[in-house]
Amino acid sequence: MKGLCIELLHNSRLVGIGSTEAFSYRFQRKNHQAFFSFPKVIVSSASFSQRCLPTVSPVVTEVEEKKTFDSESAGLLVKELRKSFNSGRTKSYEWRMLQLSNIARMLDEKEEDIVEALYKDLSKPELETFISEISTAKSSCKEALEGLKQWMIPQKVKTSFATFPSSAEIVSEPLGVVLVISTWNFPFLLSIDPVIGAISAGNAVVLKPSEIAPATSSLLAQLVEEYLDSSAVKVVEGAVPETTALLEQKWDKILYTGSARVGRIVMAAAAKHLTPVILELGGKSPAIVDSYVDLQVAVRRIIAGKWALNNGQACIGVDYIITTKDFAPKLIDALKEGLEQFFGKDPMNSKDISRIVSLTQFARLVKLLEEDRVSDKIVLGGQTDEKQLKIAPTILLDIPEDTQIMNEEIFGPLMPIVTVEKIEGSFDVIKSRPKPLAVYVFTSDEQLKKSFVENISSGGMLINDTVLHVAVAGLPFGGVGESGMGSYHGKFSFDGFSHKKSVMYRSLSGDSSLRYPPYTPEKQKLFKAALSVSIHCSSTKVHVLIPCLSFLLVKAFGLL
Amino acid sequence: METAEEVQKVVFESGEAAAMVEELRGSYRSGKTRSYEWRVSQLKKLEKITEFHEQEIVEALRSDLSKPETESFVQEIGMLKSACKLAIKNLKSWMKPEMAKTSMTTFPSSAEIVSEPLGVVLVISAWNYPFLLSLDPVVGAIAAGNAVVLKPSELAPATSSLLAKLLGEYMDSSSVRVVEGAVAETSALLEQKWDKICYTGNGRVGRIVMASAAKHLTPVLLELGGKCPVVVDSGINLQVASRRIIAGKWGCNNGQACVSPDHIITTKEFASKLVDALKSELDNFYGKNPLQSKDLSRIVNSNHYDRLTKLLDEDKVSGKVIHGGERDKSNLRIAPTILLDVPQDSLIMQEEIFGPLLPIITVDKIEDSFELITSGTKPLAAYLFTNNQKLKDHFVGNVSAGGLLINDTTLHLAVPTLPFGGVGESGMGAYHGKFSFEAFSHKKAVVYRGFFGDAAVRYPPYTKGNLTILKALVGGSLLGIIRALFGWSKA
Repeated sequence: MKGLCIELLHNSRLVGIGSTEAFSYRFQRKNHQAFFSFPKVIVSSASFSQRCLPTVSPVVTEVEEKKTFDSESAGLLVKELRKSFNSGRTKSYEWRMLQLSNIARMLDEKEEDIVEALYKDLSKPELETFISEISTAKSSCKEALEGLKQWMIPQKVKTSFATFPSSAEIVSEPLGVVLVISTWNFPFLLSIDPVIGAISAGNAVVLKPSEIAPATSSLLAQLVEEYLDSSAVKVVEGAVPETTALLEQKWDKILYTGSARVGRIVMAAAAKHLTPVILELGGKSPAIVDSYVDLQVAVRRIIAGKWALNNGQACIGVDYIITTKDFAPKLIDALKEGLEQFFGKDPMNSKDISRIVSLTQFARLVKLLEEDRVSDKIVLGGQTDEKQLKIAPTILLDIPEDTQIMNEEIFGPLMPIVTVEKIEGSFDVIKSRPKPLAVYVFTSDEQLKKSFVENISSGGMLINDTVLHVAVAGLPFGGVGESGMGSYHGKFSFDGFSHKKSVMYRSLSGDSSLRYPPYTPEKQKLFKAALSVSIHCSSTKVHVLIPCLSFLLVKAFGLL
Repeated sequence: METAEEVQKVVFESGEAAAMVEELRGSYRSGKTRSYEWRVSQLKKLEKITEFHEQEIVEALRSDLSKPETESFVQEIGMLKSACKLAIKNLKSWMKPEMAKTSMTTFPSSAEIVSEPLGVVLVISAWNYPFLLSLDPVVGAIAAGNAVVLKPSELAPATSSLLAKLLGEYMDSSSVRVVEGAVAETSALLEQKWDKICYTGNGRVGRIVMASAAKHLTPVLLELGGKCPVVVDSGINLQVASRRIIAGKWGCNNGQACVSPDHIITTKEFASKLVDALKSELDNFYGKNPLQSKDLSRIVNSNHYDRLTKLLDEDKVSGKVIHGGERDKSNLRIAPTILLDVPQDSLIMQEEIFGPLLPIITVDKIEDSFELITSGTKPLAAYLFTNNQKLKDHFVGNVSAGGLLINDTTLHLAVPTLPFGGVGESGMGAYHGKFSFEAFSHKKAVVYRGFFGDAAVRYPPYTKGNLTILKALVGGSLLGIIRALFGWSKA
C-alpha cells in the first residue's frame, strides 16, 4: 500500500506530464523553461486584434521572468487567504452579499470587455457569449443574491425517540479556502460560476482560469482585483507550473472543470490533503433520435447544442447521434437543411460559429477526421482551414466503433451518426461506454422516455432538447463516473462549497441511568424494550411516545 | 495498525478481485439490483440477520474486543436494526424522483431529480464497531440499488468471519459479497474500478484509498476520526455531565470509537470539581477495580496496547496521571485514566488517542477553548456542556467539526435525520438514514420538453436585431431573455 501511495504522489506532479485539453501546447514544449506573462502581452495586443479574424495562437511572447509563481508563492497565497478566512470575515452574510452584488455589477459594467475577450480567445459570436456566458452568470449571481439568506438558515430536523428530549439542526458552514480550476471553452462562465458558489458559501477562493483562453484569463484577473475583496478572492494566472504549485497546497475543496485525465491528477493531489473535489468532466454525450419526433424542431435543437454551442467545444455539447437505419437519411437531410439555414452555404465564413480554440485542438480534430475508415464516411462538411482554425460542421455516418473518433470525446464540430436496427438498440451503445455528462433523447414515445430515464445513467438527461437542462436552477449540474463527481448550480453550488454540520442540543435535566454501566440484566431488558419502541414508533408523533418513554424512565430510575 | 495478524494461506489477488468485480458488474448491468423489490428483500435479510443471530454477533464482538453485551446490543445490533427498518420503511419515498421547480426559463417543461444507483461499490470497514460499521454502509449501498463488496477489518477476525458466513447465507451472492483479508486483499480490491468507495478508518489510509480511487475517478466517502474535544463550562449539573462524558468515552468501546471524547477542555478553576465528579462516577460505573470490570471493552490488540502505553509513558505525560493508569498487558486492559494539564506538544495531544486515556486541558476562560479547537484539525465531533445560551451560539457558529452535540456525547449518531460524516481531516461525505441512500446514489437531473412552440430567435443566424431584442428583454428581467431564447417570446 505504501508503494501504491508513493506512485500516486509521483503521478500527481503535473510538470512534465505533457499536454492536455486543459494545458496549452505552448507550454507543453517548454514548460520547464519559460514563464509566460499573459496580462502584459494581451493588453498590448488588444487594439489590433480586436474584431480582426483571429489568427492562430494569439500573440504570445516568451518572457524570462525572475519571479515565477512557484510552490512557495502558492503557499504564501494560501496562508494569506487562510488568515482572512480565520478572521471570520467571509462567513458573514453581509460580506457574501457584498461580493455577490459586486460580481453582478461587474457583469453589467464589463459586458463589452467580456464579449471582446471571448471573441479574441474563441471568435465566440457575441450573441452566444451573451446567452451562454454572461446572462447565465447573471442569473446564477441573481439566484444566489436572492436565495442566500434562505440557504444559510440552519435546517431543523426531527429527532428520534432514542434521544428525547432533544432538538437538532443541520448547519451549513464554509469549508475554508477553496480552489477553482477553470477551463477554456466557456472561460468566463466556468470561472465565475463556481466562484459565485464558493463565495455564497462563505469561503475564501482562488481562481485559476485557463491559459488557453488568455484574453479571458487576464480579464478575469483584472476584474476580480477591481471588484472583489482581494484579501479573500484571488486569481492566479498560468499554466502547468502554476497549477502544479497550487495543487501542492492544502485546500478545503477543489473544483476542477476539464478532462478526465487531468481530473485524476487533481484528485490524486487532493488525496494527499484529504481535500474533497468536485470534478466537472465531459464524455461522449449522445443524442438519440427516434423516428417519432417533430424532425425540424429536433434538428434545430441538435444544431443549437452542437455547432451553435462554441462549435461543439462544450462538455455538454452533443457528441454523436444514435438513430435507426431507416430514419438516418431523413435526419441527415433535415440536419443539412437546418445547418444551411443557420450558417449559410459557406459555413467556413459564418460569423455565427466559434473557431477551434488552438492549433493543438485543430490538429487533434483533423486527425480524428482523417483516420482510415472515417474519412470516407463524411456525408456533410469536412472542410478545414488551418490558418483560421476553422472546421466546417461535419456529419459522418456509420463509423466503426473502434475508431478514435468513437472512443474519445470529440469536442468540436464533427458529428458521427451511429445507426441501430431499432431505437432500443441505442441502450447497448450507450451502456457499453463510460457514463456521459448528458444524454439527449428526442422522442414523443412516453414509454421510450421512461425507459431512458430508468435505465440510462448519465450526469443529466434532457428529453427533446439539448443543453437547456443546465439552465434549470433547481437541478444539480454534474457528472457521474468518467464524467465527474459532485455537482453545482444554484443552491447546489452553495451546498457544494459548504459542510453540513450536524448539531444536536440536549439539556442536562432528566437523565436516565438506563444507559450507564454497570449493565445489569434488568437494564438490558429495558433497553431492548425501549429500542424496539423507538424503532417501531420512529415516525409516530412524539406526544404518543412520551407516556411510554416516561414509563421506561421511571422503571429505569426505579432500578437504582 | 494495518499489519495482518497472521499470514493467510489463500491470497486474494488482483486477478481474483477483478473477476469478482466483473461478475458483480454483470449482475448490476442485468438491472436486478435496481428494482425496489430486490432492495427491500435484501434489506429484510439484513434485518433478519440482526434478529436471528444476535447471540452469535454478541459472541463475536466479545471475542474480538470483550465488548460488553449491552454495548454490542445497543451500539451495534440495535443501531443496525434501526437503520434497516428505517430504510425499508422509507425506501419507496426515497426512490421517488424529486420534482424540481422549472422557472420561466424553460416553461413549459418539467424537471426532476432521479436517484439512480452508482453501480458496484466497495465498503471497507473498521475493527472498533466491526458489525455496525460494516453493515450500516451496506444498508445504504443496497437501498440505493448497488451491488456491493464488503471488506471487514481483519483486526476483528471473529466478526469478519461471522459477517462472511452470514452474508453468504442470507444475501443475494450475485450482488453482495464479503472479502475477508488484510493489506494484500485490500490493495487488490483498491486496484479495481469501483463506482463508490466508503472507507472507515484513519486519515493515513484514507489518503491511500482516495489516491487509488483517483485513478478510476471513483468518488469516496471517508469516515475518519480526529481528536474530538469536550468543552466543559462551569455551573452545570456536574453529575449528569460527567456520566455522559464517561458514557461517550469508556462506555463506547473503552474509548476506541471515532466519535468518543478525546480530551476535555475546561477552566483551571473548574477542573478539580470536574475531576472529582468523573472519579466518583467512574467508581459507580466500573467499581474499584476497573481492570476486572465486565462492562469495559479491552484494547483490541497488542499493537494498540503498546501504542497507548507509549502515549502514557512519555516523559512529560506520565507524571500527569491523576486517576487510573493501571494496566494488564496479558489481558490487554488499561483502566480508565485521567490526565491533567499534559503539554500540547506531547504525543498524546498530537494524535488521536483511541483508547481509555482522557487528558484534561485547562484554560483561563472557557471561551479560550474555541481558539484551542479551531487551531487544530477539524474533528469528527465536538461536545460542549453548558447552560449558557451565548456560549452555545458561539460554539455552533465558530467551531467546525463533523457534528456538534451540546450537553451530551455521541448520541447525535443515533439521530437518522442528521448526516454522519467528517470534514477536513475527519473525512468527507456523510451517511445515516436518507443520507446513506444519497451517498450511494447519483442525482440525475432530468428535464422533459415538448416539440411545440419552438422559436427562431434562439438560433443562428444571429442578427443585430436578435441581440437588441434580447438585451431589451434582459433589461426587464433576466429570465425574459432565456424565455425568449428558448422559445417563448413572440419574436
